[in-house]
Amino acid sequence: MPQPLSYLKETASQTAGPYVHIGLIPAMAGFDIFEKNFSNILVTPSTQGERITLEGKVLDGTGTPLRDVLLEIWQANAAGRYNHPADRSAGALDDSFRGWGRAGSDFDSGLVTFDTIKPGAIIDKAGRKCAPHVNVWIVARGINIGLNTRLYFSDEEAANAGDPVLNLVEPAVRRKTLIATRGERAGKIVYSFTINLQGPEETVFFDV
Amino acid sequence: MNAQAPALRDPRLNRPEPLTPPLGDGGFFQRDRTIHPPAHAPGYKSSVLRSPRQSLLSLENSVSEITGPVFGHNDLGPLDNDLIRNYAKDGDPVGERIIVHGRVLDETGRGVPNTLVEFWQANAGGRYRHKKDTYLAPIDPNFGGCGRALTDDTGYYYFRTVKPGPYPWRNYVNSWRPAHIHFSVFGSGFAQRLITQMYFEGDPLIPVCPILTTIPDKDALDRLVAPLDLNASTPFDSLAYRFDIVLRGQRSTYFENRTAGN
Repeated sequence: MPQPLSYLKETASQTAGPYVHIGLIPAMAGFDIFEKNFSNILVTPSTQGERITLEGKVLDGTGTPLRDVLLEIWQANAAGRYNHPADRSAGALDDSFRGWGRAGSDFDSGLVTFDTIKPGAIIDKAGRKCAPHVNVWIVARGINIGLNTRLYFSDEEAANAGDPVLNLVEPAVRRKTLIATRGERAGKIVYSFTINLQGPEETVFFDV
Repeated sequence: MNAQAPALRDPRLNRPEPLTPPLGDGGFFQRDRTIHPPAHAPGYKSSVLRSPRQSLLSLENSVSEITGPVFGHNDLGPLDNDLIRNYAKDGDPVGERIIVHGRVLDETGRGVPNTLVEFWQANAGGRYRHKKDTYLAPIDPNFGGCGRALTDDTGYYYFRTVKPGPYPWRNYVNSWRPAHIHFSVFGSGFAQRLITQMYFEGDPLIPVCPILTTIPDKDALDRLVAPLDLNASTPFDSLAYRFDIVLRGQRSTYFENRTAGN
């Protein structure tokens, strides 16, 4: 017998369940408990960058919106820098931007929204330029382990065409499942997205 | 913050030193999906329409995955880890008073410091304070059912609460959830993000739970069951349960690696 390796095993995932709001967004569960709450608004008045709204739904295998889903997003700032010590790239940090938010879908419509800024392009370890994107993590009743995906931006065609992650997606027709569509409503920039859990338009999910 | 509750040595850490492989890129160890529930687990009926059917696209970790949100004590309030007091209106909540404590570790056995742990649960009667929960057991006016804590330098966390009750749910006509507490943990990078549930030693509903038994690996299932920890209980006050959480390990960035072709 060789020597044993002594790594521990990761704790198994379990569904967040239908009442995930109690712990993570108590106001949505119907009560007020914490002095400070996390939210779907990532910006303050002093945050640098173009203000955008991300707006979308998560659909089940019948095309019905999930009305009890919770999304978290994690993104770089307008200069392409993540607010984390492991990002040692050259872009400037923005102290007024953590780069993270969470949102529960509306209990009637299933709509999920985030008010944030458009992230800058990111330089990866190999020095390649990566298209601006937002990392998305999805949990809900019926989802046994959180789903990882990304949102890219429809007005970044050239950057998207050269993005090393988008270019991994085969067949290429599936790449469009990761692109949010830019539009304008009442003077605000809105990027719309649809995350399909199943079906011919199933969104690309990542094993990160 | 944990002055009254010293960090405990993990009994499983009976090894010389935790190892972080030196020739790394800062990426996390590949997730072993055989110990996690599959997305499509028909015994848990809600998973059928909500499970992706295409293969996940494997992604070498980039800066987008090895970074993640950083939280601090400024994000928390003083009662956030005391569920007996953080929603009390005119007295203490009903139920068995318990302390839940443990460490957040990574797969190398190192504690994960300063990471956010969030938890939520039903009250002692098995009822959630949630507008969508209609179970006939009563709401407890003095119990909210959620809290959060930041791990200390060694990865240790603790909170005080009442033991949640089991409750029925619509899967089969007579499905009951074992008593459990939901946990949300961040780690240092977004790829470590994890939500799980903690169960209680000796609960007879554990082996018949359609959600718990989505886990294909018996050892992985057992690791979600917190043992009674009498040594950590407070005499004439609270029992204690010990629950350690393991997040993915991480390769270091001691040496700068060149990607092939560059």
